[in-house]
Amino acid sequence: MPRSLLRDWILLGPGLTWLALLLVAPCAIVFFFAFFERGVYGGVDYVFGFDNFGRAFDPLYLSIFLKSAKIAGLATLVALLIGYPAAYAIARAAPRRQTVFLVLVMLPFWSNYLIRTYAWIVLLNREGLINQALTALGLINEPLSLLYNEFAVVTGLVYNYLPFVILAIFASISRLNPETLEASEDLGASSVRTFFRVTLPLTIPGVAAGAVFVFVLSIGNFITPDLLGGGRIQMVGNIIYDQFLTARDWPFGATLSMMLIGVMMILLFTQAMVVRRMQGDREGAHA
Amino acid sequence: MLDGANARAAPSRVWLSGHLGLVLLFLYGPILVLMALSFNQAGLPTAWTGFSVKWYGVLLENEAVLAAARNTLIVAVTSTLLATALGALLAIGVEYRRRGPALEAVLFAPMIIPDIVLAIALLSFFTLLEFTLGLHSIILSHVVFNIAFVCAVVRTRLRGFDWSVFEASVDLGANEATTFRRVILPAILPGVLAGAMLSFTLSVDEFIIAFFTAGPGQGSTTLPMQIYSMIRFGVTPEINAMATIVMAVSFALVLLSQRINKGSITG
Amino acid sequence: MKDKAERTVIAIERVTKRYGALKAVDAVSLDLAEGEFFALLGPSGCGKTTLLRAVAGFVRPDEGRVLLDGRDMTPLRPNKRPINMMFQSYALFPHMSVAANVAYGLEVEGVDRRETQRRVGEILEMTHLSDFASRKPDQLSGGQRQRVALARALVKRPRVLLLDEPLAALDKKLREQMQLELKRMQEEVGVTFVVVTHDQEEALVMADRMAVLRDGVVQQVGAPRTLYERPANRFVAGFIGKMNVFRGEAADGGLRVSGRLIRGDGDLAPAARPIAAVRPERLRLVDAPPADGDDAENALPGRILDIAYHGQDMNVRLSVEAAEDPVIVRLTADAAEAGDWSPGREVWCCWRREHTRLLADG
Repeated sequence: MPRSLLRDWILLGPGLTWLALLLVAPCAIVFFFAFFERGVYGGVDYVFGFDNFGRAFDPLYLSIFLKSAKIAGLATLVALLIGYPAAYAIARAAPRRQTVFLVLVMLPFWSNYLIRTYAWIVLLNREGLINQALTALGLINEPLSLLYNEFAVVTGLVYNYLPFVILAIFASISRLNPETLEASEDLGASSVRTFFRVTLPLTIPGVAAGAVFVFVLSIGNFITPDLLGGGRIQMVGNIIYDQFLTARDWPFGATLSMMLIGVMMILLFTQAMVVRRMQGDREGAHA
Repeated sequence: MLDGANARAAPSRVWLSGHLGLVLLFLYGPILVLMALSFNQAGLPTAWTGFSVKWYGVLLENEAVLAAARNTLIVAVTSTLLATALGALLAIGVEYRRRGPALEAVLFAPMIIPDIVLAIALLSFFTLLEFTLGLHSIILSHVVFNIAFVCAVVRTRLRGFDWSVFEASVDLGANEATTFRRVILPAILPGVLAGAMLSFTLSVDEFIIAFFTAGPGQGSTTLPMQIYSMIRFGVTPEINAMATIVMAVSFALVLLSQRINKGSITG
Repeated sequence: MKDKAERTVIAIERVTKRYGALKAVDAVSLDLAEGEFFALLGPSGCGKTTLLRAVAGFVRPDEGRVLLDGRDMTPLRPNKRPINMMFQSYALFPHMSVAANVAYGLEVEGVDRRETQRRVGEILEMTHLSDFASRKPDQLSGGQRQRVALARALVKRPRVLLLDEPLAALDKKLREQMQLELKRMQEEVGVTFVVVTHDQEEALVMADRMAVLRDGVVQQVGAPRTLYERPANRFVAGFIGKMNVFRGEAADGGLRVSGRLIRGDGDLAPAARPIAAVRPERLRLVDAPPADGDDAENALPGRILDIAYHGQDMNVRLSVEAAEDPVIVRLTADAAEAGDWSPGREVWCCWRREHTRLLADG
């Protein structure tokens, strides 16, 4: 066995060491920071306590958490409503065109997030293309304030994460046994009924994966509220940023981070449960 | 096989295709507007006054942008090389000898953890150790999430790999190093290349972690950090030009990696 | 054959379906009778599944019509047809229990809950699934899943039940058992069953009547026995069971093969390439040719190539001059012991005139 031990170490050792030092240890530090207090000059006073958590539930911060959840939830809902039919359309296209559509949908996802967000500043600002177009059409006299509000932030989040939602739902739909849908129709169900009784329930894992992805990345987002909210929309990510770089209250920033991670883990766990339940069922369809 | 049903469900098909068209318009419209405006002659970013490439010229004379681009290349190339080697080895190790859920969690976490949380964690870590911040700390940090992505891509490639081939090679007298080079590496090479390209793309685009771990001063500003400060300043034709170049480069890279490893960007 | 009122339930009238230049189904006409077990048999790609799906409503024919009890169903969607289908993959709804799967069709039809429960209970009883009612499909064996699919379709009391390769997913032993089980259930419910299969043995065992398809064209329709013993052409002869084929020239109302006249059933008059066909189990091996003038017997000389022992019988392969492939003679244990058959021996194979089919090689 010494040989295979050596081999394990060569394969797993370097990568795991890296992750232990630069992922696990830093996260552990943040975790412990959460229980300490802010030092007088911005550092950390190593006095153990739960004060930070009490402060996080202060109405001020609680409302920011709730507002973040609301924006993230809205972005998730819109992304699902737009993404599901798009994924369905791709799943029904000929196999050749499916690949083309998927690449087209995913391509923007792999380009710079800042630039994608910036594109919306260009479109939505007071002299932007949308206001210009609406003015030219005579629909408005005054340019609309499209930027620096919740609408802009939600639009930006949907825009950035929609590709993944479509991909996740598509994966679920394409795994459906087409005969299952035919069976439903054969047994007398209309196509609307087939969709709600068979297609939708069987694609819930994809919907859940997409929803959790959008929600998690939205609620912890920093760039989009910063750029498209213009400082007027504060989300958890912005508060954490402020605590570390402006207010210099690291322990409190760490507490907020831990709470964010907590919300995220609950969601991921729920999603894993949904997928496990559905996958158990699905094996039956293919065996 | 759905032909019969489709023939009758034609109206819903039209609706679906129309919807997909609108979604693609939604996804590409903003990007295309941006690209078009980068060729706009006027200083004003949003009114068309004629075709010109002058903003690309202005951009190329911007020392700060060029320095940032250089920094980004250094960070991306170095972190990609490191992450690709470590991630590929990890993938083999994990797939060949499955380990428990703790390992899976550690490999999954960097992909899902909010950037801002990883950023502050690394900043806290470096500060506690009184580590001098700079390009090297950005590289160290980028390797963290890049390892996870390379590992994930290579693992999909290894799924279903017949490990008895490995044993057969050893049985035929090859030592493990030779076996790795002659048997395993060729099998995973497309995955490794795709993982490397993904890692490069992610590193080039990454902003928040770099922002937090770059340390004070302009010396280690990366391109996304430069873009961020320019965007905060306002909409300028110069940003449009830069955005166009960055987009074009990342699209090219992604399409290339798609060709190398079929389906790597679409999952 | 069973004694049944020969009332037509489904009339397929010159149905054609094209995929591009390919005609998957080419002007097929068939009449399916009330309560019969009908098999559509053919190699993969012969159009049998397309034809079945046209009856179900999933494929819209380019030409022709499908009538049910005299009513044109061609424009109706599958959910409006009193016809149900058992899918090859069974297509059970994985997120629903067995009972919910079976109840689904009644539910969407708007049958009230009491009645639904009663009928579901009844059909689960009949298919021996009562104990599994609350299980999910992935908790069932292959055979149980097949019965759920059957129950789910039958509970709707369809005029016709279509079965697409119903036994293909089962292992050999279970398959043989289910052939008889399906047959029993069909007799019990009295519904017309149309089964698509590529397995000729399955069709022979289960069907009252069968049709053999090739390249979208019906080759022959009839009772299994008719198709086996009196195949209409070379393809049917070769597709159902093993057939030995001899080439020769049409002469004197028979076929002249290697200088000997082979007599049999069939009309060779206009045939371009006439053949004589005979089943392996009809052949006998003898040391000497039968006496000339024995009109009832056909015989050809050959040499034994090899012998394969199968337990209940023995297959002897002969090299015969006019035969396309080595001739196979199936000997029962008794016949095998009656002579000394060993490779290399020169022998005669002979068979009775009424067991010979004279055919045109289409």
